[in-house]
Amino acid sequence: MSEHSILVRAKNVYKEFPIHAGLLEELHFENGRLTRKRESVKAINGVQLEVRKGEALCVVGESGCGKSTMARVIMGLIKPTAGEIYYDGERIDNLDSTKLLRFRRKMQMIFQNPYASLNPRMTVQDTLEEPIRFHNPENSKAEVQEKVSAVMDSVGIDPMWGERYPHEFSGGQRQRISIARALAVDPEFIVADEPISALDVSIQAQVLNLLKDARDERALTYIFITHDLAVVEHFGTRVAVMYLGTFCEIAETRTLFSSPRHPYTQALLSAIPRLNQERPHHIKLKGEVPTPINLPSGCVFHGRCIHANERCQHEVPKLRELRDGTTVACHAVEEGRL
Amino acid sequence: MPLLEVKNLEVKFAMRRGDLTALRDVSFSIDKGERLGIVGESGAGKSVVAYSILNLISKPGYISGGQILFQGKDLSKLSPEEMRAIRGDGISMIFQDPMMTLNPVLTIGTQMVEALHAHREISDQRARAIAIEKLVQVHIPSAATRFAQYPHELSGGMRQRIVIATALLTDPLLIIADEPTTALDVTIQAEIIELLLELCESSDVGLILITHDLSVVGQVTQRVLVMYAGRIVEEGLTHGIIRNPRHPYTQGLIGALPQQTVPGGRLNQIRGVMPSLANTPSGCAFHPRCPHVTDICESVMPEYSIFDRSRVACHWVKDQLGDVGEQKINETPAP
Repeated sequence: MSEHSILVRAKNVYKEFPIHAGLLEELHFENGRLTRKRESVKAINGVQLEVRKGEALCVVGESGCGKSTMARVIMGLIKPTAGEIYYDGERIDNLDSTKLLRFRRKMQMIFQNPYASLNPRMTVQDTLEEPIRFHNPENSKAEVQEKVSAVMDSVGIDPMWGERYPHEFSGGQRQRISIARALAVDPEFIVADEPISALDVSIQAQVLNLLKDARDERALTYIFITHDLAVVEHFGTRVAVMYLGTFCEIAETRTLFSSPRHPYTQALLSAIPRLNQERPHHIKLKGEVPTPINLPSGCVFHGRCIHANERCQHEVPKLRELRDGTTVACHAVEEGRL
Repeated sequence: MPLLEVKNLEVKFAMRRGDLTALRDVSFSIDKGERLGIVGESGAGKSVVAYSILNLISKPGYISGGQILFQGKDLSKLSPEEMRAIRGDGISMIFQDPMMTLNPVLTIGTQMVEALHAHREISDQRARAIAIEKLVQVHIPSAATRFAQYPHELSGGMRQRIVIATALLTDPLLIIADEPTTALDVTIQAEIIELLLELCESSDVGLILITHDLSVVGQVTQRVLVMYAGRIVEEGLTHGIIRNPRHPYTQGLIGALPQQTVPGGRLNQIRGVMPSLANTPSGCAFHPRCPHVTDICESVMPEYSIFDRSRVACHWVKDQLGDVGEQKINETPAP
């Protein structure tokens, strides 16, 4: 893996969110004694991730598995409970907001819902001007205007529409505007959190093409979060599969789709409805996703896995690299049982 | 006689500036035990069709023309009382978001028993027995325990199963499911799809599945209607349409799916956006986005070209027909 240059690296990252609002809620009577019990949602548990320069890394997983939390931790929007984030070799998770500023213009984020992520009281012009002015205070008015027009052009929104408000645009157009906002400061790294799931099929294709063009023209690196595996197969160069706050498999897209190794990946891939498939035949998983408040011991997937044995119940599997470059966290794969 | 026959249905919304037409000339039918899909993007009028069948269109919307014949009876002419007797008894509906459909402050059991009492004069005990039987039928583990729980204690997939069990309580002849898997994860979606198929095949209930997802329609239904801007633009056997779509919109919709392109390639996109009701284009509503548009498309709404078991509303398709002759169009055989 060393031949690729790493842009972003997450090292052993944990993130917990406390459930209780205050001291009073934490107090419980137990065996006649007042005890204080703190509970938290363990959203991310020891995640290791390397994002290579120029790649489109897709993060997939079901709702609640920690995809979005991971994205926000990497972007520095929330602080990790433990662990380190590096950007281009520099540690960024412990920087204060002024020191982080330098990185902020290199890293941008696109959110899922373009109805919520654009300020309804700002015109498109203002929305796009703000980040440019903020990150380039030395720019003259004319230079700012030039950048705004250029970025609007590049996402297919007529610069004449700059004085309009978000409500005057359709969902697909709004998502173009939020992509324009991310591109406005000329970033090198973009985290897109479900950027097309709020859009209709025909519009999804338009926005995906736009993201792909931006990547080709500007040599961008993407983390692309989605639950839609058909999109992953199309857009991603590598895929990271997440389950209950950990990555269970990271592989090249083609390798993952042709030979998924982790039992969860296998079940997930078999569940995608295929256009030309007349009957569903998916691998059924036992039970349901456990709560991230009380994580299962050992491998978090063991309770639902048909290949689980004694060892899976006690020992947490580590991500290990296989011969084809895929990394899998599974005892069964490691032992050659699968 | 088909189970449900919709004839020339027209739905309008009365606005201050005049009426907006939400559905025009919608005709289709479904037989007992048949599974019919309705696909289209948001704003196509899919849900309006479902709501009009159950007479759930609320003001300012109204049914301005056509008939909805359920077992020969015109539903649009029934009194509110008569309609209530059919809703949830002869025809049940499953909505998209199970968290919105279930009442959060009542237990699953209370809600199911209440639904049953609305249609049947039976004892509480009998109602409870039926409810638990239906919960078992939709594969809810430890049904008797779940019966006493509240919706928030269950996962999303489990809640949708409860909603399906509730829809089955009165052994309806027709179930209308409006995007039943859209709010769910793929693994759960796969389970719900399998459940719907199993129920339809074992009990001969008809299913109208409304969705934007063509792959879901492909797995569940036998026949499909494609809607655009309030009109059916294409109808046919599901696998025929997926393999060989005729209408340019259907072709665009299927072509835009990432599976249809080599990984990493540019997706085929349909230009433009779905028009709003207030400015539905003249002639064929799809003409501003259509790659095959000609002068006639801008002024004349296309009639249906009828094939053996399918129909398409498109001037371009009709012209092609004229060239090759109708007999040469191969009809996809029934599965």
